Amino acid sequence: MSVLAFIDQSEGQVKKGAYEALSYAVKLASQLGTTAEAVVLGKLTDDIAALGKYGVKKIYHVADEQLNHLDAQVFADVIAQVARAAGAKIIVLSNNSDGKAIAPGLSVKLKAGLVSGAVALPDTGNGFTVKKSVFSGKAFAHVAIKTDIKIIALNPNSFSITEAGGGNAEVSAFAAAVNTPKVKVTAVNKVKGDVPLGEAEVVVSGGRGLKGPENWGMIEELAKLLGAATACSRPVADTHWRPHHEHVGQTGLAIAPNLYIAIGISGAIQHLAGVNRSKTIVVINKDPEAPFFKAADYGIVGDAFEVVPGIIEEVKKLKGVA
Amino acid sequence: MKILVCISKSPDTTAKIAFTDNNTKFATDGVQWIINPYDEWYALVKAIEIKEKDPSAVIHLVTVGGADVEPVIRKALALGGDEAIRINADTPDSYYVACQIAETAKQGSYDLVLAGKETIDHNSASIGGMLAELLELPYVSLATKLELNGNTVLITREIEGGEESCEVNTPVVVSCQKGMAEARIPNMRGIMAARTKPLKVVEPVAADSFTGIVSFELPPAKAGVKLIPADNPAELVRVLHEEAKVI
Ligand SMILES: Cc1cc2nc3c(=O)[nH]c(=O)nc-3n(C[C@H](O)[C@H](O)[C@H](O)COP(=O)(O)OP(=O)(O)OC[C@H]3O[C@@H](n4cnc5c(N)ncnc54)[C@H](O)[C@@H]3O)c2cc1C
Repeated sequence: MSVLAFIDQSEGQVKKGAYEALSYAVKLASQLGTTAEAVVLGKLTDDIAALGKYGVKKIYHVADEQLNHLDAQVFADVIAQVARAAGAKIIVLSNNSDGKAIAPGLSVKLKAGLVSGAVALPDTGNGFTVKKSVFSGKAFAHVAIKTDIKIIALNPNSFSITEAGGGNAEVSAFAAAVNTPKVKVTAVNKVKGDVPLGEAEVVVSGGRGLKGPENWGMIEELAKLLGAATACSRPVADTHWRPHHEHVGQTGLAIAPNLYIAIGISGAIQHLAGVNRSKTIVVINKDPEAPFFKAADYGIVGDAFEVVPGIIEEVKKLKGVA
Repeated sequence: MKILVCISKSPDTTAKIAFTDNNTKFATDGVQWIINPYDEWYALVKAIEIKEKDPSAVIHLVTVGGADVEPVIRKALALGGDEAIRINADTPDSYYVACQIAETAKQGSYDLVLAGKETIDHNSASIGGMLAELLELPYVSLATKLELNGNTVLITREIEGGEESCEVNTPVVVSCQKGMAEARIPNMRGIMAARTKPLKVVEPVAADSFTGIVSFELPPAKAGVKLIPADNPAELVRVLHEEAKVI
């Protein structure tokens, strides 16, 4: 009985969600008095053995080239083979774009109950219950897994990445039977240098209060200074001021950064649903009655066009940027 | 082209989230039920767009639930779709629901099965992927674009920090999200037509459930906002750096 973490990668690099899943698996294994192992699929440029420093002792590697890109069906099949061979009783994945693709199929294959969107370690005192985010961040549910094998898909930014002081992990080549993928990936387009919104620790977000797409310069500048991702409210994406993938909220992306700065956003219930798991919320709005202030930790009542340039200057001073 | 669209009901986005029975049940009193936005705006409207280009396409809608979901499925039919199937069962967990839909999907031999990326109440993002595995079909999740070229489906899906394009042949299961299609409002003609479209009720097959909700919990209330004067941005930067330690 062991805990198996799935290490997902993009273009050879370990994703942030994978480090979180690994840290979670290691903590869970120690809670249960067992060991954590991991599985890597495809070719990695990152050093696999070095993942040992997060406390994992053994890593199964299926180096087949057909696994360089995601085909959910094939990945679920290969992970199931590794899980069976390793005798894994619990499998942990990130609930990121890959995890959402793979975990449900894996659940069916292994007849293993899945809790996706987990936000904390399970309660294993009496049964096996996992806390997950529901109602788009407005509540949590405690979900019991009744099957022998269990799968947990961990929400991004919900569990801190911790080094456990181990040395290199043993990397063991695993000979899996890999089916030919039916999904052929033809292109991968990533915005180079930008922080992915779902993984970002800081997010600077703009709403209709910014009046038009031409005014996003200051949002981008502030984001850049803070190493942040940019986001927006739904009407801003719907009117194509900003790309769709920046839309956060109940019907967009749900995020949980350490810091969310909302500029010219009223704080409608559907918007709050997707951002209220942020650890610290700053609201800048000229209307003191804007509902967002009720959900905020810090607020400035004022005109964004006057306030934001001042903040940019102060952040520059803090960061020592001329 | 035969398309199956999975439809779930969900509470209206403004519904008050509260729980009863010692926090074991969602308080449904006064809650308005809508079509889960991802199912409606993206999966269903995408299917309708396909049919507008190719009138020979057939769209079936499927939902799992009691008679109380019929207004929701009628509303979906008012937007489009040729007929609906309601599988008359409770929804104990995603696996049970996916098993029910899989049974219907097998009988209809569909080329394309579309689902929303997740529901806005359970946020489990599981039905599409489980269904694909039960049907032994490929699965593409979080699709933001979809085009048909004969039997080939060209899909763009979201990944961290960008997007990925892929090709897959039908039959395939796809989960849909923003970008796929523009939300529509049903018109009078659609609403009238929906009244006479077939809505078949079928009984569930035997299936397990793997998980069960034990209880719910609301997040702790925020302590209250600390206001900072508009003319003192330095103070905001200081508290974020020194108190909150987030920059
Ligand atoms: C089913 C459904 C789902 C939805 N899902 C989402 C979702 O996922 N995400 C989402 O965001 N919305 C969603 N919405 C929309 C939501 O209800 C709101 O309409 C939307 O969030 C409002 O966007 P906004 O705050 O940018 O604009 P507005 O509500 O117009 O607010 C603009 C704000 O800017 C302030 N402002 C104006 N000028 C300035 C200035 N110069 N300086 C500072 N502040 C200024 C105003 O005081 C105001 O508070 C959904 C709605 C429905 C019905």
